[in-house]
Amino acid sequence: MALNKLGRLALAAAAAGLAAGCTQDKPRTASTEAPPRTPPKTYSHDPYPSTYRAYPGVLTAITGGTVFDGEGGRFENGTVILADGKVQAVGGPDTPVPEGATRIDARGKWVTPGVIDIHSHLGDYPSPAVEAHSDGNEVTGPVHPDVWAEHSVWPQDPGFTRALANGGVTTLEILPGSANLFGGRSVVLKNVPARTVQQMKFPGAPYGLKMACGENPKRVYGSRNQSPSTRMGNIAVDRATWARAAEYKRKWDNYEKNGGDMPTRDIGMDTLRGVLAGEILVQNHCYRADEMAIVMDMAKEFGYHVAAFHHAVEAYKIADLLKQNGVCAAMWADWWGFKMEAYDGVNENIALVHNAGACAIVHSDDPNGIQRLYQEAAKALAAGRRIGIDIPQEVAWEWLSWNPAKALGIGERTGSLRAGKMGDVVLWNGNPFSVYTRPERVWIDGALMYDSNDPSRRPVSDFELGQPGEGDVK
Amino acid sequence: MSGFEKILPWKGRGVKPRHAGGMPEGGTGCEAAAVRSTVEGLVRPLRRASRATFPYRGGLVAALLASAFLAAPAAAQTVAITGGTVALGDGSEPIQGGTVVIRDGRIVAAGRGVAVPAGAQVVDATGKWVTPGIVAGFSRIGLVEVDAVDATNDVEAGNSPFSAAIDVAPAVNPRASAIAINRAGGVTRAIVAPATARSIFAGQGAVIDLGADMNAVTRARAFQFVEFGEQGSREAGGSRAAMHVLFRNALREARDISRYSGIASGGGAARQARANDQRDLPLEEVPGSNGLLGANVNRPDDVLLTRFDAAALVPVLQGRQLLLVHVERAADILQALSLRKEFPNLRLVLVGVAEGWTVAKDIAAAGVPVIASALTDLPNSFEQLASTQSNIGRMRAAGVRVAIGMIDDEEARQVRLSRQYAGNLVAVARLPGATGLSWGQALEAITSAPAEAVGMGGDFGSLRPGRRADVVVWDGDPLENGSAAEIVLIDGVQQPLSNRQTKLRDRYRTPGEGQLPKAYQK
Repeated sequence: MALNKLGRLALAAAAAGLAAGCTQDKPRTASTEAPPRTPPKTYSHDPYPSTYRAYPGVLTAITGGTVFDGEGGRFENGTVILADGKVQAVGGPDTPVPEGATRIDARGKWVTPGVIDIHSHLGDYPSPAVEAHSDGNEVTGPVHPDVWAEHSVWPQDPGFTRALANGGVTTLEILPGSANLFGGRSVVLKNVPARTVQQMKFPGAPYGLKMACGENPKRVYGSRNQSPSTRMGNIAVDRATWARAAEYKRKWDNYEKNGGDMPTRDIGMDTLRGVLAGEILVQNHCYRADEMAIVMDMAKEFGYHVAAFHHAVEAYKIADLLKQNGVCAAMWADWWGFKMEAYDGVNENIALVHNAGACAIVHSDDPNGIQRLYQEAAKALAAGRRIGIDIPQEVAWEWLSWNPAKALGIGERTGSLRAGKMGDVVLWNGNPFSVYTRPERVWIDGALMYDSNDPSRRPVSDFELGQPGEGDVK
Repeated sequence: MSGFEKILPWKGRGVKPRHAGGMPEGGTGCEAAAVRSTVEGLVRPLRRASRATFPYRGGLVAALLASAFLAAPAAAQTVAITGGTVALGDGSEPIQGGTVVIRDGRIVAAGRGVAVPAGAQVVDATGKWVTPGIVAGFSRIGLVEVDAVDATNDVEAGNSPFSAAIDVAPAVNPRASAIAINRAGGVTRAIVAPATARSIFAGQGAVIDLGADMNAVTRARAFQFVEFGEQGSREAGGSRAAMHVLFRNALREARDISRYSGIASGGGAARQARANDQRDLPLEEVPGSNGLLGANVNRPDDVLLTRFDAAALVPVLQGRQLLLVHVERAADILQALSLRKEFPNLRLVLVGVAEGWTVAKDIAAAGVPVIASALTDLPNSFEQLASTQSNIGRMRAAGVRVAIGMIDDEEARQVRLSRQYAGNLVAVARLPGATGLSWGQALEAITSAPAEAVGMGGDFGSLRPGRRADVVVWDGDPLENGSAAEIVLIDGVQQPLSNRQTKLRDRYRTPGEGQLPKAYQK
């Protein structure tokens, strides 16, 4: 599948970038011709590197539960083994349990990959939502690929802990807002409490570029009598920017290959060059079907790929085009009507996209919704079933972990329970497609980060210390 | 809830869904058991004879149900829904194999062992669930078509000179898409409030139904809504202290205008006599109130409220109209409760109440009902620091009467989410250290509890005898996300469940055009 390939390429590219970032004076790409005597100096692709480390875990065997492996597989009376932070084995009741493993009795319970939210603003629009915390939109111009969401993320946002404990969220992408056509770089985080954002950064995950079409950019700038003030203005500014980016990329590619005078550095263009090189994945806020179709053509025009349309309220109208183009749609289950471009929302959007063979993702864009993504999937599943689209629960789980992982370029690392992948696992106290179910335990890289039965495994952010309700079950 | 669609917050107009800092809403509550019991004793005749002339409500329920379930016997006045799992909505747990009997738009009986009257139209609900229709405990439904399209958004009026006098009833649009969409989600009634814009007083809210006809309003001017926390502080000029002065001044101006007009203020017997028989009337039509707005009413020069706003607060002051007060912070909750020391006739209902669990005993002792957010668990603002999903469960355990509302949420379009919220509180009950609700309590919180909060529990919200026959037959447990409404009755009349969304869905059930473009597929 195109996405798969893209994800892998992006991951490899990012890993290359990471390596380059650690040794800033080496060229990022090797030349096929005779290298210059002194390789040209270039810039780091990873100047704020991840310092995430997996927290200590123990050899763990989760046995007896219903296991959704995240790739459509299901095991009754299943076994999941976590060792050294990784998934070591997944299978049925005959799966061998290693000597010395801590056994977790999951009978009557469900075991799934950790939930991945591809669209969150935790940290850049944190709680409390006061003006001083409003750090998600650089609303000073429509083209801001120079800003990076990670430079806004406040790790003490209490929302991270709620997403963990109530939502079973183990990985999430933090995006800039949608006021701008080019909103800036997104960042993928492991959902662990930390002092710095670098300690949360998913190691090796590619960056994303937040883009937006539709009402928001044209409203924000049109109201200031600036461009863009129309949808055609949106695309015009986009195209002019991509044309500049292509030129920038040519100059830097040439310089890094052949040396000479170092081109002028442009932080925003670095991001767009990364997109055109396939290192950085485009995450595109877009509602209307017709606009998504335009954006997919624009991507072809300039030689990039849209990883996912976010919100995509009208994705069901062009599910066939999304499939043809290998573009995911990240959607709510039933949001509609808050603005004109959300007017045609339907409850069956996710199921219809899935049914057309396109890549469907459940996303939140909300500090409350992120706590109930599994319930959004349940609503979408039921809505589909009522119109004759019968999707097994274990397949629908792909919307919550495997598909977002692929669209984030981390599908080889997490998002499903496969031997060797990250030990990002949720034990649910019942069927997670039931409203009566909550996470009982959550492991991230094999470390137990939440246990509903153990208050010492319930994180409390700095902000909530000493406040009313500190440490309460939220 | 804050957060979605992160662009600049919609400043100015809008449903004010997600103001930074949480939005205040109020709920009006009927003050007390005395008033409630008066209302409960009232069994009104089927309210609108004209309803039968509207499309969709044209036939008797029996005839329409017949098309769904039965072999179409003759239309009957009496309908019995049999064999389903019946939940009354009064806090009791569901009953297997129950029967619900409806006659002339009202509930006759519901439960196990209820006899099917001779000649009744029988609807077999075996394998289904039967409940009262969902009541949106706090909402803006019917006031908005598209939030961000100002011309369709009648929630607040930032450029109006009026505040308390604003009355949402004539602004309710029974054909708003949200009405049809939420009706399909099993919501049959809603408490609808305006939002504040230039004063702490938002104006007067209504109770409506979600029927497919043009008569939406069940009770106009059911309550006054006031902001009494962070939002109120903003509207009052910047501080809670200013908000308190503004509130007291307003009620004193109301007292003065009632004096000058010769209208008696005060409670007791006079108040009770006025209740019930006059509350649906515009103030100008209440006998003896004409003087409030007449030219002969002299007011002092130093008033702040317009004459209409002051007059609108007279029934609040006199306890003839509920006052829904939006508060979140524990200290603000206690301040709101203490208003009755100064204005003893106020009939309060608290709305929001995120920190209510920390002062639950005080709320219970005051006997004031609460309409609370169910799932708020983040310190979205400094007035919600103690937020937890255990809030409602803990308040209820302390003896507070609590309903679920949508406060600072999707209250104009998504009140259908109420049952998901209720289901989550059942989930919370299973978590160590948390306090949730039983299943029956959770259903009560979205059916009879909101009706009771506005003093109308005797009229709708449960399947107890005499209530309006707002009944939903579900294809499964109604608190489960996977369940859906199959039959919706409002006042005993079967409702259409199709809407723009179902039509769009059907048009795009298969992608790609056929021989003609999608536009030809209707």
